[in-house]
Amino acid sequence: MGTNWAWFHRFGSPPHVYRLAGLLTPWFAWPAALSILAALYGGLVLAPPDYQQGEGFRILYVHAPSAWLSVMIYAVMATAAGIGLIWRMKVAHAAAASCAGIGAWFTVVSLVTGMLWGKPMWGTYWVWDPRLTAQLVLLFLYLGYIGLRSGIDDVGRADRASAVLALVGVVNIPIIRYSVEWWNSIHQAPSVMKMEKPSMPMEMLVPLLLMFLGFTLYFAAVMLVRLRAEILRRERSASWIREALR
Amino acid sequence: MSMGTAAGSWQAARIVLQREWLLAVRRPAQVLQPLAFFAVVTAMFPLGYTPELAKLRAIAPGVLWVGALLASLLALEHLFREDASDGTLEQYVLSGQSLTWLLLAKTIAHWLLTGLPLTLMAPWLGVALGVPLTAAIGVMGALALGTWTLSLLGSIGAGLTLGVRRGGVLLSLLTLPLAVPVLVFGARATELAIVGDSPTGALYLLGSLAVLGLTLAPLAAAAAVRIGLE
Amino acid sequence: MSEFFAMGGYAAFLWPSYLITFVAIIANIVSARRAHAAARSEALRRLDRDSSEAQS
Repeated sequence: MGTNWAWFHRFGSPPHVYRLAGLLTPWFAWPAALSILAALYGGLVLAPPDYQQGEGFRILYVHAPSAWLSVMIYAVMATAAGIGLIWRMKVAHAAAASCAGIGAWFTVVSLVTGMLWGKPMWGTYWVWDPRLTAQLVLLFLYLGYIGLRSGIDDVGRADRASAVLALVGVVNIPIIRYSVEWWNSIHQAPSVMKMEKPSMPMEMLVPLLLMFLGFTLYFAAVMLVRLRAEILRRERSASWIREALR
Repeated sequence: MSMGTAAGSWQAARIVLQREWLLAVRRPAQVLQPLAFFAVVTAMFPLGYTPELAKLRAIAPGVLWVGALLASLLALEHLFREDASDGTLEQYVLSGQSLTWLLLAKTIAHWLLTGLPLTLMAPWLGVALGVPLTAAIGVMGALALGTWTLSLLGSIGAGLTLGVRRGGVLLSLLTLPLAVPVLVFGARATELAIVGDSPTGALYLLGSLAVLGLTLAPLAAAAAVRIGLE
Repeated sequence: MSEFFAMGGYAAFLWPSYLITFVAIIANIVSARRAHAAARSEALRRLDRDSSEAQS
């Protein structure tokens, strides 16, 4: 396997990634904005009301992409952390650190929008359905990760410790999801409580897919900006910085 | 005394266990406090809710499990802390023995001194919550497996929070979400035992968590301790 | 137009949902950019301090 891992190891070079992140950001940011705006128009204006949930289903357009981000970001965070731990790449650790805040935020958004969706649907703000419960546990996992990072002063140690935590978390997440669904199915609430996604004609589905795309691109853009900050934090007084910041 | 050989491994583990026992005997308060905590917390629930045993029996699984969880977390704070500050942990790292193995020995000792007593206490505390003693075997089986997994899971957090200020609170915040499956399966097994149904299915699930924890947690704990000692 | 804002009676739930999402989106952009700016000035400050130390 001695072929071209050079490209991989170039990703370990902070100045290279710093520059690359700066170049790529607008290529994610503008498509993200367009995608989200188009999805907003499609979801709020063009899509017809759901026959069961009326206009209320439109909350899905912010709830589902937020939930998707919260889970996807954790996976990205854990992957970056794992790469940082195994290949000792500061840049990978910087990437993991860049993900945490965004992931936690959108976990909160998915919880709040989930609650706001639940209230008109089932008359109560909170239900212990498997998806909301799993999102709540995910939020705790994010908070633990962020708390651990902030509790350790040395950046390198914080990187490695939180990497172990992220990997342990990612292994646990499927187990937690399974146990929460199992728990929920045993104490079966009346099926009225189930969070039904409306069956989707094209006019409803396309804005949703656009939102998913837009959110994902948005995450990439914001994460790249944060990544640049995190790289600078980790490169004490490296010589490339002065040139790069000119 | 040879280090790094197979025979040396068993010897090292025995030494670790003996050391933990001696320390516990010298500081019995540290061992007894989590147990007292378990009892006190359990006693709070009737006072905070109702004296009616029938109603208490309905919440008993949750109360017992949360109490055991919190008591275990209290004890986990001390799993590595003192050894880290007096240099013993560093000796383990440098000893040439597998750190994973030594930490596993420490964690087993911890469970024997905390999880096992909590398990044995539980049926009696359950009586205070209206749980019939006929359920004792099921309750203890579930808690034995659950506290075992908890000690293993908690060793990871304990390693990660070494040297963190107010690490105890952070340790709880890190460990509790990871402990959700243990809580869910364990409380269910306890509930089934209380009403007289067979808890076998839930116990199998608990058992698989215990095995998974046994295989993976010590590795993560060793990695965490290495990082924490830097 | 007011029909649009009423959203079939779900307005009290729908618009706050979109609002919190919007807040999250903006907050993360602002926070990331601020963090980058702060890291840049800190890095430059360190470089200046190091080079002036080297000279003295």
